[in-house]
Amino acid sequence: MTPVGLEHYLVVSALLFALGLFGVITRRNLLIIYMSLELMLNAANLALVAFSRFNGNLDGQIMVFFIITVAAAEVAVGLALIVALYRKRQTAHVEDLTSLKL
Amino acid sequence: MKLEVLPWLILFLPLLAAGVITLFTLKNRVVSARLSIGAVVAGFVLSVLFIKLNGFHPEPKELLANWLSVGDLRVGFGLRLDPLSLLMLLVVTGVASAIHIYSHGYMEDDRGYPRYFAGLSLFTFSMLGIVLSTNFIQLFIFWELVGLSSYLLIGFWFEKPSAADAAKKAFLTNRLGDFGFMLGILVVWATLGSLDFAVLQDKLAADPQALGAMATAAGLLIFCGAVGKSAQFPLHVWLPDAMEGPTPVSALIHAATMVAAGVYMLCRVFFLLNAPALHVIAVIGGVTALLAAVIAIQQNDIKRILAYSTLSQLGYMVMAVGVAGAGGNPAPAMFHLATHACFKALLFLGAGSVILGLHHEQDIWKMGGLRTKMPVTYWTFLVATLALCGVPPFSGFYSKDAIIAAAQNDGPVLFGLGVVVAALTTFYMFRLVLVAFHGPAKSDAARHAHESPGVMAWPLRILAVPSLFAGFWGVEKLVGSMYVTEEAGHAVAWYQEIFAPFVQAPAAAFGGLAAVLIGFFLAYALYARATTDPLPEKLGALATAMRNRFYLDEFYEATVIRFQDMIAAIADWWDRWIIAGVVVKGTHGTTELFGRALRLVQTGNLQTYAFLFVLGVAVVLYFALGK
Repeated sequence: MTPVGLEHYLVVSALLFALGLFGVITRRNLLIIYMSLELMLNAANLALVAFSRFNGNLDGQIMVFFIITVAAAEVAVGLALIVALYRKRQTAHVEDLTSLKL
Repeated sequence: MKLEVLPWLILFLPLLAAGVITLFTLKNRVVSARLSIGAVVAGFVLSVLFIKLNGFHPEPKELLANWLSVGDLRVGFGLRLDPLSLLMLLVVTGVASAIHIYSHGYMEDDRGYPRYFAGLSLFTFSMLGIVLSTNFIQLFIFWELVGLSSYLLIGFWFEKPSAADAAKKAFLTNRLGDFGFMLGILVVWATLGSLDFAVLQDKLAADPQALGAMATAAGLLIFCGAVGKSAQFPLHVWLPDAMEGPTPVSALIHAATMVAAGVYMLCRVFFLLNAPALHVIAVIGGVTALLAAVIAIQQNDIKRILAYSTLSQLGYMVMAVGVAGAGGNPAPAMFHLATHACFKALLFLGAGSVILGLHHEQDIWKMGGLRTKMPVTYWTFLVATLALCGVPPFSGFYSKDAIIAAAQNDGPVLFGLGVVVAALTTFYMFRLVLVAFHGPAKSDAARHAHESPGVMAWPLRILAVPSLFAGFWGVEKLVGSMYVTEEAGHAVAWYQEIFAPFVQAPAAAFGGLAAVLIGFFLAYALYARATTDPLPEKLGALATAMRNRFYLDEFYEATVIRFQDMIAAIADWWDRWIIAGVVVKGTHGTTELFGRALRLVQTGNLQTYAFLFVLGVAVVLYFALGK
């Protein structure tokens, strides 16, 4: 059995990212899209931690701390926005939210 | 030179008057008139004073200020004082004074009275500027100012469409000539590198061939300016139409200012003109003289007859410049210009007096019998007529004789032409006098005519004096002294002056006299008792052609104006369809079309945007990494 190398981590990270992207593009519910976004962020976190581990320094892990913090704040703001939006429009489906269109 | 400031005062007083009237006193009739009249009369008095102090030959010093300097081009603003300009100064301010005073009466009832005097002052200022110019640029600026002021005054009654049209016609026709004039100035500058008259004269005196191959072209182009301003064939058409302005303005245009400018300019730059150019000038002058005299025979409007007579006399003057020959003496032209200014102003003011007396009737066939009703006008008009016809000892005889004598030296054709035109002149002028002043009154207006008030009658009397005597005042010798060095002159008594022409050039003098007699008797035979014009029956189609000015206006209408309209139509089409249509509307249409198409991309759906975004990233990555 071969040892787990950087490539394995990166492949998992890429798969996670692709899954998240797929969710963002295809799902209709805002909350699900939101969760998919988090998945993409975590894919990036995983890649950074892997780089940090295999390159032998801590820069990547420090970066990940920041990302997790910002993501937490983002989630708070984003969920608040979604709740506000739902109260106003009684829907959380993206097809119904096209006011960006001219 | 004593009192150098005087010429500056003479020049700028009328401008000051025009400015003050326009800015401050447009509402005040009396003050406006006094300002304008005061300025020009003061100009005349100061001119006399200046000449009294310094004589006609002040030290050859130009009063100069540098006005513009661009690269090699230096343009000064100065005053040139020599016999030529001083003589013109006297003529312009003198005649203009009489006309200003006369206008005071003539324009009494007009509501644009202050505006009229402002225009008159501006006109006088512009003309004085031409007279005193030291270089071509200064001359050209004042030249254009004369064109502008003539536009303002011919179109003074601008509510009348005919007056507005006449003003435009005068201005545009003049511009046409001025374009040639400007080219001429440029040619002179390009070849000689200077525009100052004194410098140019020195250069040409040092090397007569300095202009090289361009000599004839330069001369003819400069002559173009005179053709426009002095209304020579083929640009003469504006002058008769300019009769739409008030009558004193016609007097000013025809006597002191405007048309005199062209002849004066030719005399001023005479040293630039070479033999071939002078030949063309002589021929154009002769043709104009003849053509205008023939047309005048069949005109019925008193002012139009005088207008064509001016054209004809201007033709004489231009011819006189031409026949002088290179290096010759064009003094007869200036001599005739000076005498003509006096008697033509008198004729126009007399005509104005008649028109006012008859309540704006201008048709001579509705006049008649005015001799007893308007004695001052009649007698002064007669003096001016005799002067114009060239009857000795009136001033016109001497100046015209000088021209005919000069033409005689040139050749038999122009000499004959001069004599024939003299006969025609007498014929049409006595036709006018006999029909308008003699015979029975031909309309109610003529029966109830009245003499004009003193403010109009006195300028007539005053102008009658130079019309009679200006022939003996030595104008020709004075101007001639600029061009030829005179042999030791033997003093002649005044009574010898009277007969001098008969002694010096008998053919010209007796030829002119015979022409006058023939013209007079023909006119007397035809018109002494006529109530309608007998000529149309006798001459048939020719008379119709004369009355219609040989269809020259119609000819221009059909050629020049039609051509212009065609170009204008093409330009309009181009602007409407190509510029506004294809270029402007096309640009805006294409932009809008693209905008509309791109708007379809904006679905407002977040996921579409996200998908396209990812697609974009993928493409970028493919190109960045895949290759």
